[in-house]
Amino acid sequence: MVQPATIAAPVDPLMTPTLRVTRRTLLVVSLLATIAFPFIFTNPAVTSVAVFTLLFVGAASAWNMFSGYTGYMALGNAVFYGCGAYFFANVSNHFGERGGVNLFAFVPLAGLFAGLVAIPVGWLALRTRRHTFVVITIAIFFIFQLLAYNLTSLTNGSSGMQLPIPPWNAATYNTYFYLAALVVAVAAIALSWAVKRSGFGLELLAIRDDEDRAAGLGVRTNRVKLATFVLTGFVTGMCGAIYAYYLGSIYPPFAFEAIFDVTIALMAFLGGLGSVSGPVVGALIIEPVQQYFTLRFTGGGLSLILFGVLFLAVIRFLPDGIVPSLGGALRRRLNKARAPGVELGPVPDGPEGSISAAAPEINGGLAR
Amino acid sequence: MGTQISKAVVDGILTGGVYALMAAGLTLIFGVMQIINIAQGILVVLGAYMSYTLLTYLHIDPFIGLIFTMPLMFGVGVLIEWGFIRRLKQQNRTALSILVTFAIAIVIEGVLTQFFSADLKTLDAWYVEKSLHVFGFYLPYIYLLGFALAVGLLGALYVFLYRTRAGQSIRASVQNRTGAELIGININRVSAMTFGIGAAVTAAGGMVFGATNSFNPNSGYDLISRLLVIIVLGGLGSIGGALVAAVVALVIEDVTAVVWSPVWASTMFFAVLIVVLLIRPNGLFGRPEARAQ
Repeated sequence: MVQPATIAAPVDPLMTPTLRVTRRTLLVVSLLATIAFPFIFTNPAVTSVAVFTLLFVGAASAWNMFSGYTGYMALGNAVFYGCGAYFFANVSNHFGERGGVNLFAFVPLAGLFAGLVAIPVGWLALRTRRHTFVVITIAIFFIFQLLAYNLTSLTNGSSGMQLPIPPWNAATYNTYFYLAALVVAVAAIALSWAVKRSGFGLELLAIRDDEDRAAGLGVRTNRVKLATFVLTGFVTGMCGAIYAYYLGSIYPPFAFEAIFDVTIALMAFLGGLGSVSGPVVGALIIEPVQQYFTLRFTGGGLSLILFGVLFLAVIRFLPDGIVPSLGGALRRRLNKARAPGVELGPVPDGPEGSISAAAPEINGGLAR
Repeated sequence: MGTQISKAVVDGILTGGVYALMAAGLTLIFGVMQIINIAQGILVVLGAYMSYTLLTYLHIDPFIGLIFTMPLMFGVGVLIEWGFIRRLKQQNRTALSILVTFAIAIVIEGVLTQFFSADLKTLDAWYVEKSLHVFGFYLPYIYLLGFALAVGLLGALYVFLYRTRAGQSIRASVQNRTGAELIGININRVSAMTFGIGAAVTAAGGMVFGATNSFNPNSGYDLISRLLVIIVLGGLGSIGGALVAAVVALVIEDVTAVVWSPVWASTMFFAVLIVVLLIRPNGLFGRPEARAQ
């Protein structure tokens, strides 16, 4: 004879229709603002930092798409960055152009090349599990770095390669690269978001949670992992190509840089591993900081010390990352604001048997 | 060519012994704590700088100096474990440990660059330049002494692990961490001790490394990449595997330098790992990973 009161199912307070519209508008507004950015802040120093930041946004999102969703920490993405860079250098020199907007057409090609490289690399690396996987990606990175030094016919070894310098004037020079990097960054974010929402993304997350069980449930783990790895390579390769074009010259230690992988991993961790916006936030914070450190503390080890300490602080105090922590805090606030008195649990002075009868469902069966 | 190859093999064995010592520490840390200590490379460099300081400013012979540097590095290891590794949450532990130890490595590298600058240094002692002439080979004394040191320390490590209670508790923790805790082994103490041992051996390895190579703070990357390759090649957690892998990999590298070209020798070092992993994905002596609990 118990008539339980209607308890609404818990609703995620960040997903209400009004907030959805707010989020969409915010997204569009920030996109427009980002496009307008280099035209408002024309200082080349600022736009230069912005270019690097956008490249890292793309690279960190790509890294997160694989390592964040599958849980396999890949510390060899610099391989794709460097391959994209060198491919672009070779191709743009081959066609002898003086540089210009049309050379940007080779950027997706560089991405494709990096994606192709990702196939054997991924096949090899993905034969192993967690710990061995990390080490083998590191080993493959060093192999590629050594190849860059030694395959002088392709890469000119330690003398590096020069790229065509586009004939744009100094005031707007950075803007072209900024916009190109923005396109790649947006593509990376969109791809990451699309993957996460799709069934494909669910398979990746399942692999992260328990790979054997996922395989048992019918997920084609090998294919899924390899496909994502190739996507990551594609995006990272494009970032590398733009990087090479922007610098105007490319050398093995810059194309294949050991700290690169750690940096994008840190960005993803800081922002929130496994979330779409996490790496973006992380890159937006860390890259300008890193640029500032290198400018301010040249030569000595101070920039390294500060970077390492920042790193450690992030891991210590924000192990989940900014976006998930903020999201969680917001949700809690909104939940409280909505129904200030109602706790999910037995109401202390409710009528006998009404709420408490329904309480077992709410408490997940704990109130016995 | 024959003598060159033989010399390369001998050189490989001698240097392999030293790398084996450093890799043993690294694989032991993995076995006990399930973490990969990326800072091992820079700790070797730190050990080299310590020996360098003792030699240059206090004129203490590098081998004698080990009496100071090894306990000091042991302390550094314990500190790192206590300060950073112990505080890691259990979830995502391996990934986080890689980042944390990488961060520590970066900090140490920065500190070394501040104090010593990026100039290349090397340890100069009377035996570094001299060689022993035996069987038609010229074997540099430092290689022989370094190898003897490595063998001695590895022997000591063996005795410690297999003949003492503390060593037993370490081995128990490697075999089954939860089980070890259940029978009363203080895992925190064991972890700290293991990390300390892993760091202490880098003091010795660093001394020999510093005497045989010129180094600067940037040398850590090359070192850690090699050590990682060695422990994966040997099988994560297996000290015997690390020994075999170190010697095999270095012999192959040195022989490649002679037979093919020095330029490709380093690449071959990494390529060996790839080849072995194709056949045995867990390394030569590794165990397949247990399902994550």
